[in-house]
Order: sequence, then structure tokens, then C-alpha cells
Amino acid sequence: MKTALSFAMDFGSYAIKGGSKYYAWLLFLAFFILVGSYTAYQQLTEGLILTGATDQVTMESFFANFIFTAHIAAAAVLVVAPGYLYHRKDMKELAVLGEIVAMVFVATGITFILFHMGRPDRTWHMIPGIGFLNFPNSMLSFDTIVLNVYLFLNLFGVVYILYKKYNGTFHEKEMSRWFTAIVFLAIGWGPLIHIVTAFVLASNSRISPWDTAVLPFAFLTMAGASGPALIVLIFLLIRKTTKLVIGDPVIDLMTTIIAWSLGILMLVFAAEIFTVLYSGTEHAASMKFSMFGHNGLNMFVPWFWVIMGALVGSFAALLFRKVRHSYNLLLPLVCFVVFAAILLEKPMILVFPAFSPSPLGEYTEYHVTLVEFFNVLLVWALGFLFLTLILKGAIGILTGEVRHDKSSASSQVGA
Amino acid sequence: MSKEIIEELNEAKDVQQGRREFLKNVCVSSVAGLVATATPAEAVVDATNPDADVTVEEFFQGHFILMSDEEKKQAIARLEKRYSAKYGKKTTVSDVEAPDGVLFGYALDIGKCIGCRRCVHACVKENNQSRHDPEVQWIQVMKMPKGNISFSADQLDKGYPEKSEFGDYGVQVGGNAYKTAGFSTEDAQNYYQDDLVPEKDFFYMPVQCQQCEKPPCVKACPVRATFRDHAGVVLIDYNWCIGCRMCQLACPYQARHFNWGEPNLPAEEMNPKTHYFGNRPRMRGVMEKCTFCVQRTREGRDPACMEACPVGARKFGNLLDPDSDVRRVLATKRVFRFKEEAGTYPKFFYYIG
Repeated sequence: MKTALSFAMDFGSYAIKGGSKYYAWLLFLAFFILVGSYTAYQQLTEGLILTGATDQVTMESFFANFIFTAHIAAAAVLVVAPGYLYHRKDMKELAVLGEIVAMVFVATGITFILFHMGRPDRTWHMIPGIGFLNFPNSMLSFDTIVLNVYLFLNLFGVVYILYKKYNGTFHEKEMSRWFTAIVFLAIGWGPLIHIVTAFVLASNSRISPWDTAVLPFAFLTMAGASGPALIVLIFLLIRKTTKLVIGDPVIDLMTTIIAWSLGILMLVFAAEIFTVLYSGTEHAASMKFSMFGHNGLNMFVPWFWVIMGALVGSFAALLFRKVRHSYNLLLPLVCFVVFAAILLEKPMILVFPAFSPSPLGEYTEYHVTLVEFFNVLLVWALGFLFLTLILKGAIGILTGEVRHDKSSASSQVGA
Repeated sequence: MSKEIIEELNEAKDVQQGRREFLKNVCVSSVAGLVATATPAEAVVDATNPDADVTVEEFFQGHFILMSDEEKKQAIARLEKRYSAKYGKKTTVSDVEAPDGVLFGYALDIGKCIGCRRCVHACVKENNQSRHDPEVQWIQVMKMPKGNISFSADQLDKGYPEKSEFGDYGVQVGGNAYKTAGFSTEDAQNYYQDDLVPEKDFFYMPVQCQQCEKPPCVKACPVRATFRDHAGVVLIDYNWCIGCRMCQLACPYQARHFNWGEPNLPAEEMNPKTHYFGNRPRMRGVMEKCTFCVQRTREGRDPACMEACPVGARKFGNLLDPDSDVRRVLATKRVFRFKEEAGTYPKFFYYIG
């Protein structure tokens, strides 16, 4: 017990120590958390009427951002998988970082859903026993289960590995079979959260852009692009600012995954656009609205073309060896573009235009309100704050700077 | 509806009258304290919002259908007390069951409908919807152009391809090609503000909850707050709804409406005769929709929209009774269901008389 306490203490105190740039970053996040607390309070007291959502476009930015966080969380297995499935030693040591990313962004996504709900105070209605979970009819009930299981799988994995390493009792060879099984389960579960999230959308046959079999594939490839893009950015930052060694081959593997994912994503988009536009049935109406607008309602049109251009452009850029190996300038830039493009794709292409035309033929634009915008930033800021602190502490343990003090060895008995 | 059923229902209501002694007077401040221990973030919100005078018991109450009779009595008493205080008039909340041997159905003659929207406003008045910012309307009337204004002879040679080796009549783009005619949502106007209806070149089609036999909303709800009763009507427990709006995503008729903010229902316009699953005042953040006026139809009366229709375009009745108006329409008219392809099997039928 004492060891657990000293683990928490050492971890925490290392996590909040850093240079001036580190504190500036934390302060930057704190600003959005502060502003966001106020707007969140407003939304909780006055309701979702403060967002831009209407009965026509009923899903707001929170829902769109939730889908994106599921992308990143699912993609974090791409750090874990090479280590455990292909026994890449350099990746295996970094696996815990991937699990941290997964854990933090699943939690972020669940927070987005709480903002999305009209009655967050009634969340307990979903807990079987005291409430009622409409399983297996409702796709949302699947999603709830899958996300929470993924959260706790990763939480457990992260705490187990870090705690063992902190104690100095983590041995690669002797790693218990049950723990490896849990890691494998988490690897399988990553794509699952994604496929189920895609099914939550695809289950609504009246929204024709979502009512497509390519949706899970689009999601998986977008996850494969945006997740590793964020991880490359994080890894580049970590190896520049800390003592943790992350070799070029690790970055290169991630870059390869991004490039492949973008390539397949382009095929998925092309397949969908062709299938819908060639026959030009009523299912094409929404796609046409995205691409060309409708009777002067064309706010989504520039977003569509810019985001598509960014995705194709990033793919083309990653074909060049020079870009892939430009670790300090071009690669992070491309990764940032991929991350931002897929983040913005969610509200501006996937979610908002999908509601036009409505079942009664209405076309609706969507204007994000300030309250909504700052609430989105609040959730992201919270996510990145926890990500920063946990990663910092984890790096301390991985580099050996945070270790259990053996002089008080008696404390280990209780652990 | 037969006389016996109505008598039975009235008896059930009399039992209701004596169930008010279970009230517990819990003031809002103690609510805050108690709820805060359970869910800190939201409880603070409820306490600071003067409109959210939800008692502790109401917060912790279960799904109405799953409650015991005793719990139901208490829930009803709580609501009646709260509504009576809030709106300054004696409010009754009924929980009368749907009569047995009944399957409610609706038929609407789009040949007769003149688009006056009297049904829309009668519905708002009857069902205690939010009156302003925004006004929630459960019936939307689509105004659709008749074919005779869609096509014109002077456009015959417009559009392209104008010339080809096979003549000038290939795939048309432009001209008359893209004109919709008749029954199509594509050019439907849902927000028309005409001084006089019906307008000459248009016909009208009101759309409300279609009370599907296979409702996609019921499937999508993660907590079963929305369900189908044994008379075939899809209802919502407003106190159980978590506001996730999955049902709104699933509904192919745009029939579900969300309370984005606190509903604005002026006390003087409030209809005090309510039903738990029907027209009782709703709260912020829950879904609502047409219930075929459950507070009326379960007692053998007709829905408000039907009573309001000046041209007799609306027919309501028991689909299991061969002599009902609806069954007579189904037997003698050419009937269709809206969006048949959605596979929802509505009990709301359209016909052209």
C-alpha cells in the first residue's frame, strides 16, 4: 500500500515539474479550461439551446468531436500492436505511451458525449440494475459498453506497466501470461470501438450519407491517419525535450502507416463519391450539398474541397522520402495538416451536411456558437492536460528518473 | 370506442383522485444538498436554475412502466403538485392505461387538406408545447407544387445536350429536366406564410408522428425511454429520457422534437388536463412528439388535430374495428404510407379521397 502511495506521489510530483515552456503549455491549457468552465456552466444551466443544433441538424460539434477522439483512441493500438504482434523491441518499450493516448482520448470522447446529452444528470439511467440499458437493440448501448471496457483495459494496462517498472519488477520475459492476454484484448478492442461507433451512425437509415457500408472502413483509415499523426507529433516532441530515446525507425513506421491509411482513405472516398454520384438518386442529394451547395446554401462547400485537398496533398507529400525524414520541419507539418484535416472533416463533412436534405426536404446550414466552441475547447484542453501530465510521469518512469526508493524496502511487503 | 371501456376508464380515474396524500414537501435547497452527493456537477446546475424545481424523488424515480402501483401513485402526485404550483391552476396528470383490443390508426386525405395549419395550432394548444423561442410544433405541413407549374412548353428546347448525332433528345440537363412534380419532398415548402390557403398550384401534406408498427426510434433509444404501448402508440417517459437524440436520428419522418432549452409555456395557456405520457409540461433536454393525444384517445375522445380540421381531411379510429372510419378509408380508398421504403409500417395512412 505504501508503495502504491509513493508511486502516486513520485509520479505526480515528476509530472508537474518542468521547464518554463512546459509551464507555459499547462497555463495555455488552463486558460481554455477556465473559460470553458464558464461556458460549460452556461450550457448546463440553460441547455443545448446555446449550441447551434436544431431539430434539423440535431448532432452538434460535441458529437463530431467524439467521433474524432474515437479515431485517435483506436489508432493508439498501432503503437502497441507492432511491439506485441511483431515483437519489435523498440516499439514494445513505447507501447505504454500508446495505451496512455488511447486511455486519455476515450475519456475525452466520453466527456464529449456528456456535453452532447440533453440530460447529463440522468446518465445513471443507462446503468443496468438501477437503470435500464436497451441492450442489444440500441447501437448506443453497444458503444457505451465498448468504450468503457476499452477505457478500463487501457487504464489497467498503463497502471500495471508503470507500477511494475517503477518497482523495478517488470521483466519482459517473465511478463505474466494473463497480462499479455489483456494487451492482446486491448489491441483487438481498439478497432472494435471504432467499428461500433461507425455502426451507431450507419444504423440511421434515414441519413443517407451515413447509411453506407464503407463507413467503418472510412473510420478505420481516418483513424490510421489521424492517430499516428498525433503520435508522431508527440514522439518528436518527447525525443526532443526528454531523455527518452525514440529511434527514427519508430517514427518511420508511424509515417508509413499514415501514408497507407491516407491512400486507402482516398479509395474509400472515391468509392463512396462514385457510387452515390453516378446513379444520382436521392442519396446523392447530401453529397451534392457538400460538394456544390444547394440554392445558395453553400457554407460547407469550401470546407469539403479544402479538406479533400489537404488529405490528397498530405498523401502526395508523404510519398517523398525527403518529407518523411524531415523530422524537424516537414514531417511534423504534414502530420499537423492530417490531424487538423480529419478533425475538421468530422463536423464539416461527416456530421453537419449529412442532415440535409432532411426527411421533409429541408436544407440547413450549421453555425457553431461561441459557447459550443469554448466547450469543445474545454474538453480538448482537459484531454491534452491529462495527456501531458500522464505522459510526463510515464516518461519519468521509462527513463528511470522516477524509481521506487529501495532503501525503504520494507514498504514493498504491503504492495 | 365502446361504452364499457369508457366506464372502466372513468372508474380507474376515480381511484386516482384519492392518491394525493403521499406528497412530500421537499424544498429546492434540500434538493441541492441531497442530489449534490450523488452527481455534483449537475446538481449545482439544478439548484441554481429557478425553473428546475425537480424534487429528489423525481430525480431518483425509475422508468414509469417498471414502477410499482404505489410508486406510480407517488410519481403522479408529485407531478400534479409541482405543475399546480408552477402554473397556478389545478393540474391533473392521468396515467390511464390504453384500452384493450384497440390499435389506433389515422388516415389523412391529402386531396382535401387545404394547408390551413389549424391542426398544427390546435395540437400546440392541446399538448402544452413551448410557445415561443421556439414554438414547438408536432405537425409539419409540406406545401408541394402540382405538376402543372413544374413543366412549361417554352422550356422544351432548353437544356442540353442540344445537339447530338442521335437527335437532340439525349440525357436532359436543365430545362424541364430537373423539375419535380407532385408528391416529392424535394421542392416541399415547410415554412410557407401565405395569407390565403389553399394556393392554386399547390397541395398540402401534414406530417406528424406516424406511430410506426416497427418504430426505429424505439430500437435506437439506449434506455427505452421511448416505447410502443399495446394500443400501438409510441410514447416517451419524459422523466426517463436522457436527451441523447438517437431517436431523432433514427426517425425518417422528422417527427421528434427536442426541448433544446427550457420550454416557454405561459401559465394562462397551459392545458391542465394532462397525461403522464402525453401533454404534461416537459422539461429542458428531453424529446417529445405526437402521441395521438394520448390524454384524449385513451378516454375515447378524438385527437385535437382531428377535431380542429375544418374540411374533414383527418380520420382517426381503431384499426381492429371494421366499422371505424379508418378501416372504412382503408377498405374503400387508395391508401399509401409515407416513406414506405423506410420499412417502418406506419399506422398513419394518406389517401386521396
